[in-house]
Amino acid sequence: MSIFEYAPAPESRDIVDIKPSYGLFVNGEWTDGKGEAFKTINPATEETLAEVACATDADVDAAVAAARAAYDKVWGPMPGRERAKYLYRIARIIQERGRELAVLESLDNGKPIRESRDVDIPLVAAHFFYYAGWADKLGYAGLGPNPRPLGVAGQVIPWNFPLLMLAWKIAPALACGNTVVLKPAETTPLTALLFAEICRQADLPPGVVNILTGAGETGAALVNHPDVNKVAFTGSTEVGRRIAESVAGTRKKLTLELGGKAANIVFDDAAIDQAVEGVVNGIFFNQGHVCCAGSRLLLQESVAEDFLARLRRRMGTLRVGDPLDKNTDVGAINSAEQLERIRALSEIGEAEGGERYTAPCELPERGFWFAPTIFTGVSQSHRIAREEIFGPVLSVLTFRTPEEAVAKANNTPYGLSAGVWTEKGSRILWMADRLRAGVVWANTFNKFDPTSPFGGYKESGYGREGGRHGLEAYLDV
Amino acid sequence: MTELSTLLSGLPGVDRVGADQRAATLATRSIKTTAKAWAIDLAIRMVDLTTLEGADTPGKVRTLCAKARRPEPSDASCPSVAAICVYPSMVPVAAEALKGSKVHLASVATAFPSGQAPLDIRLDDTRAAVAAGADEIDMVINRGAFLSGDVQRVYDEIVAVKEACGKAHLKVILETGELATYDNVRRASWLAMHAGADFIKTSTGKISPAATLPVTMLMLEAVRDFREATGRQVGVKPAGGIRTTKDAMKYLVVVNETAGEDWLDPDWFRFGASSLLNDLLMQRQKLTTGHYSGPDYVTVD
Repeated sequence: MSIFEYAPAPESRDIVDIKPSYGLFVNGEWTDGKGEAFKTINPATEETLAEVACATDADVDAAVAAARAAYDKVWGPMPGRERAKYLYRIARIIQERGRELAVLESLDNGKPIRESRDVDIPLVAAHFFYYAGWADKLGYAGLGPNPRPLGVAGQVIPWNFPLLMLAWKIAPALACGNTVVLKPAETTPLTALLFAEICRQADLPPGVVNILTGAGETGAALVNHPDVNKVAFTGSTEVGRRIAESVAGTRKKLTLELGGKAANIVFDDAAIDQAVEGVVNGIFFNQGHVCCAGSRLLLQESVAEDFLARLRRRMGTLRVGDPLDKNTDVGAINSAEQLERIRALSEIGEAEGGERYTAPCELPERGFWFAPTIFTGVSQSHRIAREEIFGPVLSVLTFRTPEEAVAKANNTPYGLSAGVWTEKGSRILWMADRLRAGVVWANTFNKFDPTSPFGGYKESGYGREGGRHGLEAYLDV
Repeated sequence: MTELSTLLSGLPGVDRVGADQRAATLATRSIKTTAKAWAIDLAIRMVDLTTLEGADTPGKVRTLCAKARRPEPSDASCPSVAAICVYPSMVPVAAEALKGSKVHLASVATAFPSGQAPLDIRLDDTRAAVAAGADEIDMVINRGAFLSGDVQRVYDEIVAVKEACGKAHLKVILETGELATYDNVRRASWLAMHAGADFIKTSTGKISPAATLPVTMLMLEAVRDFREATGRQVGVKPAGGIRTTKDAMKYLVVVNETAGEDWLDPDWFRFGASSLLNDLLMQRQKLTTGHYSGPDYVTVD
């Protein structure tokens, strides 16, 4: 026990009013789903938060029809400067209700309130502000003099950053003049449903945004719907592949943002204390539930021992526990299913001969928890060096030369992100030229900004979200 | 290049953006209830209650010494501060006023705050303060020599002052606001520690910026790494600009999560401050009584 024991500092959940049950948000109204309702739980306690409707094929039909009507009659013909007003209004309401959204996100997802409050929600508002600015300037985006919207976008998003992924999808779609039907993840629907309330508060015309809750079947029905013009998906490579197959041969435009196994590369001349922080942030941010997480640490062999000693010491100060406690660094794993996958892959890592180190910490009895863990002595042939674990588990490999670092970093079917840690500017540029990853961070990691495009190489998907590039995915160019 | 400058330039660099970000994250820690009560008492025990004005008089110094011994006259459970910090000319007065208490007597010396005097004068300054009863000396480094690359001279001067201190503890003021870069802060920290500093201190309080959270964090990293490398533990003292309990809590969190709990002790961490103490006392009253009383319920000295 430490002599300076931080007393519990829980954020109050009274600010959020969770209803016992939620319907579907179609054409600006709440409707009952025709499927069997399901429960969403708090992964930190396993308590049921609410019952949520499940959308069937008929519900998807109704939502797409509403989106089509809104596109034809209201949103499509509306001048960009008018659309921008709605987006600015939504952005401001998100800021005003930021605390409420942050608490709800932490309750439903399990992520620490420090992250939902300081990272997720501010970025959500920033995305709406950013794309609001583009709505009346699309002709100047370098995509032709008068780019047209695509129509109805069907969007399916994951559970790791529920509201942020919603913003990445909805903000550019609406700015470009499309209407949307969005399906949030089964385990984290609540902030999307609160967002539906915000759309009403902002007087957004009915049908412009429709939110359908449900599981994989609902998502499939949405993606396969014949009247959808654009499909945007963020999630696993496995599901992404199925979506690509089903969309193939249709006229639908598709963007996929899938898995990753990013290399975080630390050279011997790196600013070592900041590199340790960057590695910790790279893999333990959001419990490692980050598609661009720095899940492979590539250490230059000459500094590996010192670096690992510092990393282990730093892991000892990570505070794992109640997501609503303002001092929590690592929260709960989002679901029993995900926890099972993390455990299974970690056991495989041990069986393959990786040396496991787990930060000393007490885990709560109820809920889904996994202590921050690193594996050293990992080689390229180990499964934990190749497969996405999507949890707080880091695989540590070493290299001797910059060429070897590049070769190892690129030796993966994925290519979403990479990190380079060195004080030498020329080496940063040399590395960035050679790394086949959509984002290369230099002396930082997991930095997001609405002005910066994000997306993958290879099995990490295609298309870009964010920035000017993100407009292209929602315009007929 | 001398061996010393090779050693200093071989230290790993500091990435300013990353260091600032880490300090900012630690500053979001929320210290409440029991943790806050414990930390406030610790912070009071860590205060070097300071007056370094041209207008200092024996009367002013005696008042401050009385405050240092019993910061909260009506509450015997309130601890004394760590030390009084005054100019050398005031050391005899303070020594008299602190007699019989456990409060340390620190004196700035070596032509504080600029250090721009011949070395033998700075050494005499130090010896005089020690002879008059100071058991801690706060010296300033020769920033001019440091910035011109003459690290050997800075080192030799610290060694000389350390010798002049005799048994008195030596705190070495880096004046980080004049060193400008974080790399310089790290190098100056290692330089001072190698030369024999018992404490490394951020600032004189006469230059802006004085102590900042990231700079203090870098110095805490330095003392942590120095102990690992040499086995010798060195203390850290941020000084200047720390005025509120909230600030003090942030610093203690940074101590706890950077150097570790071995430094959570007045022997190893100090606050150089004057107005901080009253805010700590007001927050302490609030925690004990449940209501906020106001500035007239703590003494103005």
